Amino acid sequence: MKAALDNLKKLTALDGVSGEEKPVRDYIVSKIKDYVDDYYVDNLGNLITYKKGTGNGPKVMLDAHMDEVGLLITLINQDGLLKFRTIGGIEARVLAGKRVRIGKDQVPGVIGFKPLHLQSSKEREGTVDKKQLTIDIGAKDKEQAEKMVEIGDLAAFDYEPVEFGDNKLMAKALDNRVGCAALIELLKHKYESDIYGCFTVQEEIGLKGAKTSTFQVEPDIAFVLEGTTCYDVPDTKEYGISTVCGDGPALTIMDRSVIADKDLLKHITETAKLNGIPYQFKKTISGGTNAGRIQAGGTGVKVAIIALPCRYIHSPVSVMDINDFENMIKLAKKVLETLPTSITLYREQGGGKVNV
Amino acid sequence: MFNIINKLTHTFGPSGNEKKIADLIRDMLKGKVDEIKTDALGNLICIKKGSGKKIMLAAHMDEIGIIVSYIDEKGFLRFSNVGGINPFVILGQRVVFENGTVGVVWYEENIGDIKSIKLEKMYIDIAAKSQADAERLVSVGDMAVFESGTILQNGRIISKSMDDRIGCAILVQIALNQPRTENEIYYVFTAQEEVGLRGARTAAYGIMPDMALAVDVTTTGDTPECKPMSVRIGDGPAIKIKDRSVIAHPQIKDRLIKCAEEHNIPHQFEILVQGGTDAGSIHTTAGGIPSGGVAIPTRNVHNSAEIVDMKDVENAVKLIEAFIR
Repeated sequence: MKAALDNLKKLTALDGVSGEEKPVRDYIVSKIKDYVDDYYVDNLGNLITYKKGTGNGPKVMLDAHMDEVGLLITLINQDGLLKFRTIGGIEARVLAGKRVRIGKDQVPGVIGFKPLHLQSSKEREGTVDKKQLTIDIGAKDKEQAEKMVEIGDLAAFDYEPVEFGDNKLMAKALDNRVGCAALIELLKHKYESDIYGCFTVQEEIGLKGAKTSTFQVEPDIAFVLEGTTCYDVPDTKEYGISTVCGDGPALTIMDRSVIADKDLLKHITETAKLNGIPYQFKKTISGGTNAGRIQAGGTGVKVAIIALPCRYIHSPVSVMDINDFENMIKLAKKVLETLPTSITLYREQGGGKVNV
Repeated sequence: MFNIINKLTHTFGPSGNEKKIADLIRDMLKGKVDEIKTDALGNLICIKKGSGKKIMLAAHMDEIGIIVSYIDEKGFLRFSNVGGINPFVILGQRVVFENGTVGVVWYEENIGDIKSIKLEKMYIDIAAKSQADAERLVSVGDMAVFESGTILQNGRIISKSMDDRIGCAILVQIALNQPRTENEIYYVFTAQEEVGLRGARTAAYGIMPDMALAVDVTTTGDTPECKPMSVRIGDGPAIKIKDRSVIAHPQIKDRLIKCAEEHNIPHQFEILVQGGTDAGSIHTTAGGIPSGGVAIPTRNVHNSAEIVDMKDVENAVKLIEAFIR
């Protein structure tokens, strides 16, 4: 488990804004290549790995998306400040005053804002307008800025992971390096089923990678490993809480993209109970995951989501509980180990045929 | 046919929980088709073998409902929607869970202006005495559907879940009638339509039909002060021209019109401004599948008391039978 946490920290320190996941992918390849039978990168940039099973279990896909939310440089102003658009969902209030690093050279910059002293009383009360924000890279004018960055460069938050408090980890990109780190760990073990570990691209901008990975793999069953919303801090009505940080991995019953397969969900909860692993249900139906895309692939796939509650998700300072992370891996591993005996596949029943 | 409809509307089946409906239809069609199978999403696919074209007829089994998201310390349930739910419509409604537990939807009375009501400010009362009491009856993640009877009155049906058990009933009736045709007919009862036309996509991919028809409900323009729409209940099944998810393939649409005219079947045209159907996901599956639809004019869609005319239902059966011949 120490290796998993170490991988997670290193992964969050890498940049992989949607469309430019290569640094993350290269790291993952270096960690998994000795444990899998085969791997390749598809046209979209998905890393698809294959691990032969020891028996006759169903064909299982494990999905974790590599990309993170970030910024796209759209314009360089005369004064050398950069205009940008967000890649994936980031709130304007989260952006102001944050450090970023831009492009392959990781040029440092900061998202500038008007100091409080100069704001009108109206500006102080209002919300931040995303269009008013610019990135300051310390250039004196446009010409100088153009030597440092190009339009089309992607920028990621420039924050290193920090362990703190009661076994907590604070980092950028926990969504979804937690899934990547968990999947790396899972691929170290042998299972009865054939396992396709898919590290996918471009989830944050519309579940793009999972569409082509599913088309290639054609799995029977898929588990999506994800960082999910968590808001258990003061002032939340208890019934509005999505998940609770520290209460164990979260299982999605339904979200905007998918209704999880009932049999799989039952298998996961029973496995958790049997092994004394804590778990919780995600209590809101907001957000979407690759599970929605995978389920609708080909002739259909049974899917479930094992997620990790992340406070302040889609920000540079996301917070998770390290026990939750370890339990997520433990649970997923047990679930995979006991899969073939407890899941009935339609395929095994000859496509679910009945005598007529 | 009312018996079939009645059985279907009284069976539990919100999106993702269609198994009971599938089992019921499987029993109804056993021996009447050549093969019955299900797929990973829970679609029920009933095949009548033939040497001609592969025709897919799709009606979705799932109905709208609610999902429990939280049980409070007094035993009240908080919930979210499954499919399109209007908070005003469900206010004061009874809902029923798969295990028969009944609840009533009500709201936090301090919200001020009732116009500002949202699902987050509503709860379900299952007459529980405590949280533990409630948890014995339901769990977080359980779904419930409207509770309401199915009534045949004056040749019209008032019922919950006409969307789309009426489509299911039409397909069942056609399969039972066993119309003579060379074509291979796929009676497909789809899952998870109400949450994004999901089941139809994987079913169509597995079948790869030459053409497809979605049989679903459509809204009408024949009630007091409603939005203008040239569909009326009792004026015949509506041939789909367009909705939010699909523009009907011209050859499918024209063939339906020709069949209706040749057999003197009253019909009208559906241009649905809001909402989509399974045809929306079928027609863009794989390399593309020519698709259209036959819709049953229905008042008060997504309400616990939807109204359809039996004549429209019977004429839809005739029209589709002519189409697949």
